[in-house]
Amino acid sequence: MRDSHAATISVLVRNQPGVLVRVAGLIRRRGVNIHSLSVGPTEDPSISRMTIVVDTPPERTESFAKQLRKLVEVLRATAIDGGSTVDRELALIKVNATPGTRMEIMEIANVFRANVVDLTERTMTLEVTGRGEKIDAIVSLLAKHGIREIARTGQVTLVRGAQNT
Amino acid sequence: MARQVTSARTVREAPRVRLMNGAQVLMEALRRQGVEVIFGHPGGASLPIYDAIYDHDTIRHVLCRHEQVAAHAAVGYARASGRVGVCTATSGPGATNLVTGITDAMMDSVPIVAITGQVARPVIGNDAFQEADVTGITMPITKWNTLVMDPRDIPRTIPEAFHIARTGRPGPVLVDIPRDVSQELFEPTWPEEVAIPGYRVVTDGSPNQIAAAAQALSAAERPLVYAGGGIISAEATPELTAFADRTGIPIVLTLMGKGAIDEHHRACLGMVGMHGSAYANWAINDADVILAVGVRFDDRVTGRLADFAPRARFIHIDIDPAEIGKNKPAHIPIVGDAKRVLAQLVPKVQPPQIEAWWRQIDEWRRAQPFRYRQGEDRISHQYVCDLLDRLTGGEAIVTTDVGQHQMWAAQWYRPRGPRRFITSGGLGAMGFGFPAAFGAKVARPDAQVIAVVGDGGFMMTLQDLGTAAEHGLSLPIIILNNNALGMVRQWQTFFYRGRLSSSLLRNPDFAKLAEVFGCRGIRVERPEQVEPALREALATEGRPCVVDVLCDPEENCLPMIPSGQSVKDMILDD
Ligand SMILES: Cc1ncc(C[n+]2csc(CCOP(=O)(O)OP(=O)(O)O)c2C)c(N)n1
Repeated sequence: MRDSHAATISVLVRNQPGVLVRVAGLIRRRGVNIHSLSVGPTEDPSISRMTIVVDTPPERTESFAKQLRKLVEVLRATAIDGGSTVDRELALIKVNATPGTRMEIMEIANVFRANVVDLTERTMTLEVTGRGEKIDAIVSLLAKHGIREIARTGQVTLVRGAQNT
Repeated sequence: MARQVTSARTVREAPRVRLMNGAQVLMEALRRQGVEVIFGHPGGASLPIYDAIYDHDTIRHVLCRHEQVAAHAAVGYARASGRVGVCTATSGPGATNLVTGITDAMMDSVPIVAITGQVARPVIGNDAFQEADVTGITMPITKWNTLVMDPRDIPRTIPEAFHIARTGRPGPVLVDIPRDVSQELFEPTWPEEVAIPGYRVVTDGSPNQIAAAAQALSAAERPLVYAGGGIISAEATPELTAFADRTGIPIVLTLMGKGAIDEHHRACLGMVGMHGSAYANWAINDADVILAVGVRFDDRVTGRLADFAPRARFIHIDIDPAEIGKNKPAHIPIVGDAKRVLAQLVPKVQPPQIEAWWRQIDEWRRAQPFRYRQGEDRISHQYVCDLLDRLTGGEAIVTTDVGQHQMWAAQWYRPRGPRRFITSGGLGAMGFGFPAAFGAKVARPDAQVIAVVGDGGFMMTLQDLGTAAEHGLSLPIIILNNNALGMVRQWQTFFYRGRLSSSLLRNPDFAKLAEVFGCRGIRVERPEQVEPALREALATEGRPCVVDVLCDPEENCLPMIPSGQSVKDMILDD
């Protein structure tokens, strides 16, 4: 669960060995919990973007971004300060489903625009995309059927409009 | 003759291509960086490097008997000279022995480059003999580090390492080189310049912010400069002095900032913080505008943050943006190089009207100067430090270890300028003082270098007395010997009801020990012996001279603002 202190930092890094450890280590050293961290290549394959959600009060987020900028491998670090952004996360949720409960689960899936990506006699796996709160909501609705497994990607974020993140 | 034969054969076999192995390329890369001295200790993984050192014409290797000494010596070398210090160690235990020294360099922003041997590439990660994940271990204690997996990267990596170590906020860089990388033969190509994407340094301050700072200072009633090690790294002493001369604004210095301005300058109030002068701390407490330059609001200076300089607006100049607002919000933040920003600021400040402020400060100074009693039958640590200040006139390079003697040396020794007071400030690493003096003396053989150490800390690295003797260094080492871990004893006395748990020491006869190592040793037991012994030590040529001064075992270091408290909690000497 995200707590009220969650803050997002977007970091562009040179795609080099050890860079993930450096970034994660820098945050860990300050005793802060990483809520989620997602990494992937950008439009330039030598550069990756990390989106990090940390449990820290917003006033400390900029100081984290400043520390991150000091890492030689970090090209850019932005504390996302609640301006206008697009935030998305993808989750795979494997839930118990019998022929009797399938329809109800499908209904929940429809409301959340989740896709059914796997189906067995006893389980269904849903794929859902959205903001973290939306995923939390579908998870809580599915809970009564018995959730077997969840895999979440962690949040990715871009600033809206022409401005760079 | 043998040499001729070899070279003739080389010419015949390799007419054009000049193949070198990784270690030879490393040495050439270091030479191109202007390296003249390496402090180190060899081992299996660094044997190829030592083979390349063996007959190198310009780079000298100083064999230290413990890698910690090599790292501290590189720091002493860097801090005394302003150049990058270099140390080297083998893989595994050699590299882990460097860790304390590298951490010290990180905390105190000292430019050093550490070269470590690593096990060969094919066995990395297999728990090979003497393998340690050195880049992993040193990640949080280096400004940058790298594991070289291709020897062809060496000609690029070494200039990058030096560039990162010495520019911006300086710091340690570690380059880890697998043994087979050092051995591989290839023809190096040398890049023209260093280009590191993502590494930028802002040097000029924003003109608007500088104008705002000038205005705030010109209008201040009780302005103060709080200056630190950043002034020394930036070589900004002339600019700070010009600022003081033009504005008359008083200056307090951090432990790391000692000597940032001639401490005999009328505007200089000396050291601030836990064991700083009462008047420097009172001044900071009452100031209305504080120009903080090259400082990081360390807790040993600020005490309880909420009560630190409660009346002040802060102008904070630092080259490291992450320092600004880290501990205290800055009203006027200025990111930039201290030298450049001060140069821009000085002409813009109108000298403020501060006669009343100075009257107040002078009154405080008269009321609570540093003072000590030197009786007939005991030797005060402070007397020794005071004498050292007078005998050298503040012109010597003084290094210290960590503890009470460090604080007394900081209180009494008033350097005439930068790079004359070298101490482990941020890390507070016992064992630093003597190796740092050793490194400083190698860097500045013509300067008077003196180590002031405690009996506890000296024990941690004194095995290299033999090394200092072997190199014929004229190096006085003054032990303020209280047969105790004095600072621990003091805290136990003040805060643990005098329960002296493991803080009293039984020491060897240090003067005799010094003689065994080939140094000179003098034991001082009576007050009247102190001055002649110091004079003799300062005059001893061609070998270190250890002066073991048996000091008052009960003397406490005051004033003191207890950890986490504020000026009003300061313990004064009476
Ligand atoms: C490596 C290390 N271990 C422990 C400490 C904690 N410590 C700080 S001061 C001190 C006592 C130092 O005693 P000594 O070297 O005799 O100096 P004195 O305080 O007596 O002047 C100790 C143990 C330290 N700073 N560094």
